[in-house]
Amino acid sequence: MITIAEWRERLESERCYDLISELFDRIERSKLNAFITLNKEEALRLAEEYDKGKLKGKLAGIPVAVKDCISTRGLRTTCGSKMLHNYIPPFDAHVVERLRQEGAIIIGKTNMDEFAMGTTTETSYFGVVRNPYDLERVAGGSSGGSGACLGGDESVLALGSDTGGSIRCPASFCGVVGLKPTYGLVSRYGLIPYANSLEQIGPMACCVEDCAKLLEVIAGKDPRDSTNAGVEFRFNPVDRKFKVGIIGEMGGNDDVMGKFEEVVNEIIKPNFEVVEVSMPSFKYALPAYYIIAMSEASSNLARYDGVRYGYALDKLDTWTKYFSKVRAEGFGEEVKRRIMLGTYALSAGYYGKYYLKALKVRTLVKRDFERALKDCDVLIAPTMPALPFKIGELADPLTMYKMDVNTVPINLAGVPALSIPIGFVKGLPVGMQIIGRYFEENTILSFALKIEREVKHEI
Amino acid sequence: MITKEDVYHIANLAKIELKDDEVKKFRQEFEKILEYFSILDEVPEDVEPTYQVHNLSNVFREDIPAEPLPREEVLMNAKHVEDGYFKGPRIMEG
Repeated sequence: MITIAEWRERLESERCYDLISELFDRIERSKLNAFITLNKEEALRLAEEYDKGKLKGKLAGIPVAVKDCISTRGLRTTCGSKMLHNYIPPFDAHVVERLRQEGAIIIGKTNMDEFAMGTTTETSYFGVVRNPYDLERVAGGSSGGSGACLGGDESVLALGSDTGGSIRCPASFCGVVGLKPTYGLVSRYGLIPYANSLEQIGPMACCVEDCAKLLEVIAGKDPRDSTNAGVEFRFNPVDRKFKVGIIGEMGGNDDVMGKFEEVVNEIIKPNFEVVEVSMPSFKYALPAYYIIAMSEASSNLARYDGVRYGYALDKLDTWTKYFSKVRAEGFGEEVKRRIMLGTYALSAGYYGKYYLKALKVRTLVKRDFERALKDCDVLIAPTMPALPFKIGELADPLTMYKMDVNTVPINLAGVPALSIPIGFVKGLPVGMQIIGRYFEENTILSFALKIEREVKHEI
Repeated sequence: MITKEDVYHIANLAKIELKDDEVKKFRQEFEKILEYFSILDEVPEDVEPTYQVHNLSNVFREDIPAEPLPREEVLMNAKHVEDGYFKGPRIMEG
């Protein structure tokens, strides 16, 4: 894995153009399938500019991979779907504008579950992303390409998006750091929507410090997203005796819990004050999350009609026939499943039973977090309940949904959470989730920095 | 209990054409998933719903005209274009 510090050190004696070319050589030979579209021409041109001293900014000359649901002007943005397989955005997302302003080099668009609906990238129209530690296993999802390209030395930084764990899951499975920011910290302008009230764009990197640096660049005011809080972020590491809450309701299988408990006993308990916290609402969080996400998806994805952009048929027909056929051919199975279940949950007679109930659960989950975080500075749990799955292992949709059990409560409440690698079991990475108060990313990252140092020391 | 007719009805609302074997598969899956969702029946009614987490109210801005996106770039992604406009399907049958 390549950190910003290591990349900059090489830039002192080597040309940026050569380093970026070397990166593309590696990507083109790679078996990971982390990228859908490469931005080779522009990336090499920017590298030349850097070599001439013309590219300036906080991330000058640093390669960044961008998840393919984030709009990039003039560069194909597919959302992992046949529906958008040929879509060229006419504008940049806010976060992409910020990357360009700070001199970052966008090297390509990363593979993902179709419309970010999945936990393994197996729903991508462009094929599954493979795990850098075992090619027979998944890299996680939905930001699987962003996780894998970091774990496989194919980028230094990456952007992901997280609706119910889509940054933290691949970060955990690929042994990298990934943060889901507080809802409203990062503008969603230009993020192709799946479930607006839950999702955030967030940074992924090979170490905590780099993750914080990327967050500094992408966070902040943007009037084009009306849910944007207008809050800036500056990383200012604090060193104190954090009070840590271990969430009883978030667990995992023996592989994961063995490693998690080892880290709790050997690193966390000797250095911090530790308490157990209980979150009774969590037993309702997973179904509530899926009902809200599917309902919002059914409304958001109504825009795909084969008229203004995206997959289209050669011949126009009547309204209903044309739309229904475009959507039958353009969407994959999981996307259809979620649109239809969301349509059902919002339909007459079922709104109160499903959608309204889910919104009530959201209140209960939010209250549980607020109560626990009044007493504790951070809360911790395993990010994923299992090690990276074998490709094809989770065939049944409901079994797949249940793998998001530890990550979705965070999105329901809108609090920030980071996944950090804590070691390996059977040669596969395990991640720990660190959750904090609204807009207190600084506390989470400061705590994560301490954990990272101790874990490195142990390994 | 979800019937085949329910699945056809939902698919029609969602404007997704389905084949018979898809209907059969989705019916079985929906039944299982909805049964799992029904654990929410236990949740008490007297809780306020949360629509979004920060309790933001309407955010307003001045209505100032800005440069639109370039027409050619916007139309570039459409298959059916006529006289500088998108061309959509017929609204009336026949």
